[in-house]
Amino acid sequence: MSIIVDKDTKLVVSGLTGREGSFHGLRNKAYGTYLAAGVTPGKGGQDVEGVPIFDSISEAVEKEGANTSMIFVPARFAAPAIDEAIESGVHTVIAITEGIPVLDMLNTYWKAKEAGVRLIGPNCPGVLSPGKANVGIIPAQFFDPGKIGVVSKSGTLTYQIGNELKQAGEGNSSIVGIGGDPIIGSDFIDILSLYEADPDTDLIVMVGEIGGDAEERAAEFIAAEISKPVVAYIAGFTAPPGKQMGHAGAIISGSSGTAQAKKEALEAKGVRVGESPTETARIAVEALRGF
Amino acid sequence: MDLLEYQGKQLFAKHGVAVPSGEVAANVEDAVAAAERIGYPCAIKAQVLIGGRGKAGGIKIAQDAEEARAYADAILGMDIVGPHGEGPFRVDQVWIEGGSDIASEYYASVILDRGEKKLLAMVSAKGGMDIEAVAAEDPEALVRRHIDPTRPFERSAAREIIAAAGLDEDVRDQAAEVLVKLAEVAGSEDATLIEVNPLIVTNDRDVVALDAKVTIDGNALFRHQDLAEIADTAEDPQEAMAKEKGLTYVKLDGDVGILANGAGLCMSTLDVVAQAGGAPANFLDAGGGSKAEAIVDALTVITSDQKVTAILFNIFGGITRCDEIAKGIVTASQQMDLKLPLVVRLDGTNSEEGLKILAEADLPNLNQETTMLDAARRVVELAEGDG
Repeated sequence: MSIIVDKDTKLVVSGLTGREGSFHGLRNKAYGTYLAAGVTPGKGGQDVEGVPIFDSISEAVEKEGANTSMIFVPARFAAPAIDEAIESGVHTVIAITEGIPVLDMLNTYWKAKEAGVRLIGPNCPGVLSPGKANVGIIPAQFFDPGKIGVVSKSGTLTYQIGNELKQAGEGNSSIVGIGGDPIIGSDFIDILSLYEADPDTDLIVMVGEIGGDAEERAAEFIAAEISKPVVAYIAGFTAPPGKQMGHAGAIISGSSGTAQAKKEALEAKGVRVGESPTETARIAVEALRGF
Repeated sequence: MDLLEYQGKQLFAKHGVAVPSGEVAANVEDAVAAAERIGYPCAIKAQVLIGGRGKAGGIKIAQDAEEARAYADAILGMDIVGPHGEGPFRVDQVWIEGGSDIASEYYASVILDRGEKKLLAMVSAKGGMDIEAVAAEDPEALVRRHIDPTRPFERSAAREIIAAAGLDEDVRDQAAEVLVKLAEVAGSEDATLIEVNPLIVTNDRDVVALDAKVTIDGNALFRHQDLAEIADTAEDPQEAMAKEKGLTYVKLDGDVGILANGAGLCMSTLDVVAQAGGAPANFLDAGGGSKAEAIVDALTVITSDQKVTAILFNIFGGITRCDEIAKGIVTASQQMDLKLPLVVRLDGTNSEEGLKILAEADLPNLNQETTMLDAARRVVELAEGDG
């Protein structure tokens, strides 16, 4: 098995007629993802290399049975596009677009929650289930099918770690890029739960970075709810102390949001944290093989 | 993007939150002239993007022109270090405002709570001091309430928070009005943090924002022309140059120039260089899908920092193709007549083609490594050798 995307995924891409949208949408199709439709208002009736284009996502759901939406719409129009996807009847929305205003996402987050739609991103590389489906911009060639589930705030860093796992002979059940924005649809905790329930995932690699307290929350959650081994990596130890404005942020989270604080929070709950991507991959492989 | 105090106060005034009137000045003569117009006593306040200005000597009350001159002279050009060692921040501007008589000092803020995905309003009757200490020592003195994201923030809800915080009864309506307006500033100006400490009650029982800390969401600047202009003037010249070229660059203090693709990998590269004993000179994310031209731009930005003695390229090609990066390195080295030692680690998409291009170019100052850790060690050695 795998999580979020698989052989049952029927993908509709908003922005498929755009340069980025068509490049990645068609790459996803070439990988074996079932690309049901594209959506661009005003271009309904056209097609992109045989993939039908509709004016709205609802139409794509109705006529092509699309169940997963990918958003490749420019930032200033992206939140309304995600809202449209949430209301269209798909069960999963994966938003790749970066640079969406955070307060727009705050409203959109609650719309998704209320509708019971799983939102991944924005500002994320998407989700890949090796051998089954790829929705987003993750380069699939660095990942083989296997037993390690990956969840990450970062794109290239994930490819780096995935490649090291592959070279060590291990593969992945799924790779989920949750995005690094302040408000994201699904957090570490949401994805950790999915991996816990996925019979094909034996170990989870979690890649975090400075800012916010999602890693600290994940540490608590892992201790309480996750029985599978988790290995973590945190980027940003040498990030300069930011120009901290006010102190309200630290009061809310009770954490400074630094890489060191996150590492300590995870280690306090028994999660092994690698010093570098290479060491993280090595620890994951060792833990998986029961060393 | 963080606003200076006076910029935040201008935003407050625009939304009807009472603030003391004042003027901004960038030199001593203008500061004294402003103080003369405003009258005495007046406050002379350093405009820097960091807390703890008062303790650092960046806020003074002048009783006459002579004092105004002396304080403005002392504060302008001062380097202020933040309470957690941030900075130093050079004071280029002072804000001069009329002195306020203070009957009470409160605290009010509206901030984005990432974890809960809601705006959070916080109010305390214990303002004018370090609010982190208040939160730690007397948590009940800081009242926190999330704002329901599905409904407008009503006066009645604001009044409940104000009452719970125990603000003086006669000013509760005024304070509730201020809180509603601060939430309005957050919503309509795309602010993710608004903090007023202190929010004062004057002897005349007026509620006035005596300070303003405001953070604006950089992604929303396209719909705020006035704020976008502030963002343009606040930038470091090298950072501005990078932004113009579509690169994300942050200047640091060290001597190892860094170029990587992707923010996460770039941060990780800084960490690995530091672990190898080096000091990164910058963060530079060349972005996904970088082409040869972007590498020339990136090297121009990196080498404009005179402290750089060696440069590390750490590229993991996903969408980015390593052969494009390699072409860019060769072109840039030739165009710029680059003498600094370069360490290149290329992996991922088209890495073999990329490595071949580098081998054929046979640049004398270029060193290849196959792993991130070896590349970091090598560049640190070279940076030291040169320094």
